[in-house]
Amino acid sequence: MLKAHHKTGLVFFPAFDWAIDPTHPEREERLLYTQDQVTEEGIFDINGIIEYKPDIVTYQDIQRAHFCVPNEKTITTQSHLISAGGAKAIADAVLNKEVKNGFALVRPPGHHSMRVSHGGRGFCHINIEAIMVEHIRSQYGVKRIAIIDTDCHHGDGTNDIFWHDPDILFISLHQDGRTMYPGTGFPEELGGPNAKGSNLNIPLPPGTSTEGYLYVIRNCVLPVIEEFKPDLIVNSAGQDNHYTDPLTNMNFSAQGYAKLTTLLKPDIAVLEGGYSIEGALPYVNLGIILALAGLDYSGVVEPDFNSERLKQSVSITDKIKKTTDIVNSYWHQRNELRQKAGTPGDLAVRHREVFYDTDNIFEQQKEKVRICRDCGGCLEIDSTARPGQHILAVHIPINACKACAETGYKFFDQADKNKFDNIFLQDRTKNIYEIK
Amino acid sequence: MIIGIDVGGTHTDAVLLSSDGIIKKVKVPTDSADLFNTILSGFTQLLDNIDPKNIKRIVISTTLTTNAIVQQSMNPVGMIVSAGPGIDPSAFNTGEHYYCVAGSINHRGREKAPVNKMEIEDIAKKMEKAGIEYVGVVSKFCVRNPNHEILIKRILNKYFKKVFLGHHVSGNLNFPRRIATTHLNAAVFSLHKSFFEAVKLSLEQKGLMVPIQILKADGGTMSLESSMAFPGQTVLSGPAASIMGAIPYATEKQDAIVLDIGGTTTDIAFLVDKAPLLEPLGIQRGRYKSLIRSLQTDSKGIGGDSLIRIKDNELIIGPERAGPAMAFGGPEPTPTDALFVIGLMKDGDQKNAQKGIHKIAIELGLTDKEAADQIFKKCISIILKKTFEMIDKLNSKPVYTVHEFLEGYKISPRKILVLGGPAKYFAKKIEELYHIKTIAVPESSVANAIGAALARTTCEVSLNADTEQGIVTAHEEGFAEPISKTFSEDDLIETAHTLLKEKAINFGADPDNIGEVEVVEFQKFNIVRNFSPRGKIFRTKMQLKPGMIKGFEKILQ
Repeated sequence: MLKAHHKTGLVFFPAFDWAIDPTHPEREERLLYTQDQVTEEGIFDINGIIEYKPDIVTYQDIQRAHFCVPNEKTITTQSHLISAGGAKAIADAVLNKEVKNGFALVRPPGHHSMRVSHGGRGFCHINIEAIMVEHIRSQYGVKRIAIIDTDCHHGDGTNDIFWHDPDILFISLHQDGRTMYPGTGFPEELGGPNAKGSNLNIPLPPGTSTEGYLYVIRNCVLPVIEEFKPDLIVNSAGQDNHYTDPLTNMNFSAQGYAKLTTLLKPDIAVLEGGYSIEGALPYVNLGIILALAGLDYSGVVEPDFNSERLKQSVSITDKIKKTTDIVNSYWHQRNELRQKAGTPGDLAVRHREVFYDTDNIFEQQKEKVRICRDCGGCLEIDSTARPGQHILAVHIPINACKACAETGYKFFDQADKNKFDNIFLQDRTKNIYEIK
Repeated sequence: MIIGIDVGGTHTDAVLLSSDGIIKKVKVPTDSADLFNTILSGFTQLLDNIDPKNIKRIVISTTLTTNAIVQQSMNPVGMIVSAGPGIDPSAFNTGEHYYCVAGSINHRGREKAPVNKMEIEDIAKKMEKAGIEYVGVVSKFCVRNPNHEILIKRILNKYFKKVFLGHHVSGNLNFPRRIATTHLNAAVFSLHKSFFEAVKLSLEQKGLMVPIQILKADGGTMSLESSMAFPGQTVLSGPAASIMGAIPYATEKQDAIVLDIGGTTTDIAFLVDKAPLLEPLGIQRGRYKSLIRSLQTDSKGIGGDSLIRIKDNELIIGPERAGPAMAFGGPEPTPTDALFVIGLMKDGDQKNAQKGIHKIAIELGLTDKEAADQIFKKCISIILKKTFEMIDKLNSKPVYTVHEFLEGYKISPRKILVLGGPAKYFAKKIEELYHIKTIAVPESSVANAIGAALARTTCEVSLNADTEQGIVTAHEEGFAEPISKTFSEDDLIETAHTLLKEKAINFGADPDNIGEVEVVEFQKFNIVRNFSPRGKIFRTKMQLKPGMIKGFEKILQ
């Protein structure tokens, strides 16, 4: 009988009764064939693989990571709450040491949801990893966490939520934003002034195959993780780099995903995108599960896999090496970059526009962050959505220094109620969420 | 009149029932080396002075296959498995003659790699040379497309007595379990066949001409003829017989716990609205996992004969058994002895029981009565703790839809039904301690035989309709028909219903009294490729629930 090398927890929540709409890629059928494959393989009978029931997150759980506008109820469905709850259940199993690692195979996904969420973008309404990470920080006091986003699309939501946070290392590997939604995630996007370099973006050219992908993991992601020394590694395990994915142009494989998992050794993996539901997901998910459990995955090969046809060109290999060098050099300069980013106590301002493709919303933001060498700095976000509300959101980070906490309260107290539909305060030091 | 007989590990219980009640009950010791004569002596005693022409139904439950597994006295059989992508199938090796071969079918039932006929011929010759007579063939995803299994069987037919195919075992996905189950069927087939043919012949000589029904692990019956294809299904029918015997005393629309307190173990099961809960996939005992439909039971190593001892000033009961109770000449004190000291049990050696409990009482610094009372309470708390753990586990089983997550059924028992020798003493005490209505099942010592006698036919069908590929299948039943794009949910349910009814009648069910049909599972999915709908997938599982045949309700009064 098979015995897992490490105890591995799984939450499987395919939400067989939920879809964005009937022909949307994010629909009921998405994990059907994965379930068939995993069930036929007898995965849940393997000694050491434990299936957990998903939890359901509360609005309080969401309020640690998001400002939902106008509120949580309006922009989520039960399925979103259970999907995030699946990630939370796995986190609890890992942090309580019931299992060594775990995988939340849940849908809908979440990595395009930003700190302020007015609705759905990139099939995401709330960010399931971020909610999980904030739960872990609040509940278990874990300080340093690395999130490695291997979805083919830039994990711009997660990137936004941890943009100013020097304690979270966020690395996204994705198809070059010039050829792919959401069009962001270039190497020079390194994080806010207080956290430069703790956000790394590695765009990969279309046609990148297993070789190129694993090159980046070995030559950039792993060395950076080693230096960052996280207490916990999370993998946003999107599966749309697969050579059969209908929405992307990459050449990654089930074997590649399994090897990636073996190299990365995530404590928690959370499913994100991946829409080749017949040709890729059954094999990729099986490969990831076996790799997490430390079992042999050499037989997990797509029936139509042809390594010759998927070989990447020399020019692609060169491009990938160049990008890796650039990202590594940014990482090594991170301290100087933070020094240069501004004078402590000053406010840095950024303006940006966010488009919600799923719900057709256009948002404009003006964000102020207090430059600080002692914490992530407090934030004030002035956000206007069309259609939608005009709100002001104040965030005080979990390890906020006294000055940043005070500044945060000043932002909140001074905000003029007549100018905004809602004024939010998220004080992570005291786990407070207030609306005025 | 009908007959139920349950061959247990130590005793064989048999009952003769009429619609007015129990006419006769018989208990004979089981000779595990000669089950055939055990059964015959049960029948002989039961039919003394009874005209065999009046017998309308016979249901037999035996430990024949269970013993064969425990004693590892099964026939060596050959296994041929084809897997395709995934876990290396050599991990599921069943023994010496286990061959992994070419061929692959994917999750949609599409062929991805062909069978190599030459390879199969070579293996067949090798196995034939080794003296193999029975072979099992299992391919991954045969439940979606059994063609490879059928093709391999055609090659093997001329070499072997009988070939067992994986897709006949169950409509459920689970390749490793399907391999184990197919292997079991092949391995116990000749034992099962020769045994029951002998039983049938002897009963015919006694003038009993009615078809014999065999009890299965799911608490339902199948005809002797249909059991030949699935002899493995008779494994663990004993615990099922007892649980079935408790059903009449459960309340409608209510959940109940069934505790069968034996000598060394207590079996625990659950009833929901008078129907027993089934294992989601099949029997599992320790490492052994199968696709054999089974009642969801678990056992705890505690019973009337459990060994009592003190370790580090703490009272330990079971799981070992040193022999019978001291009251019945055993060497060490047991919970039964405690019942003697409390004064609940009388027919035995009171003094010896007292002596055993006294030894424990001294170590605990208690009076004999106090010690006996503590033992009794501890037994109950051990059993109930395990029961509540099982309920928690059942209620936290994973779900795959938002609807189930929010509306999923939670088991909350309102009643406990106790079976076994000391049932009436335990029932009273449990109610006193836990304030849950608890009753000892009447005729508790032969409830297993009554359960077998009254059990009705059960079966399950699994259907898969794929309008993109234009086919509805129930491969387990050898059923496949073309369908149009407009095939609907209702069409599928209707097809399933017809197939289930046919299967039940083949299994020996009374056509006019088939029992309650239940849709266990229904799923539908749109198949979409490149943003346009291509068809629909419908899946359903429909079953005849375990339950009682009609016409014998009076027995309960």
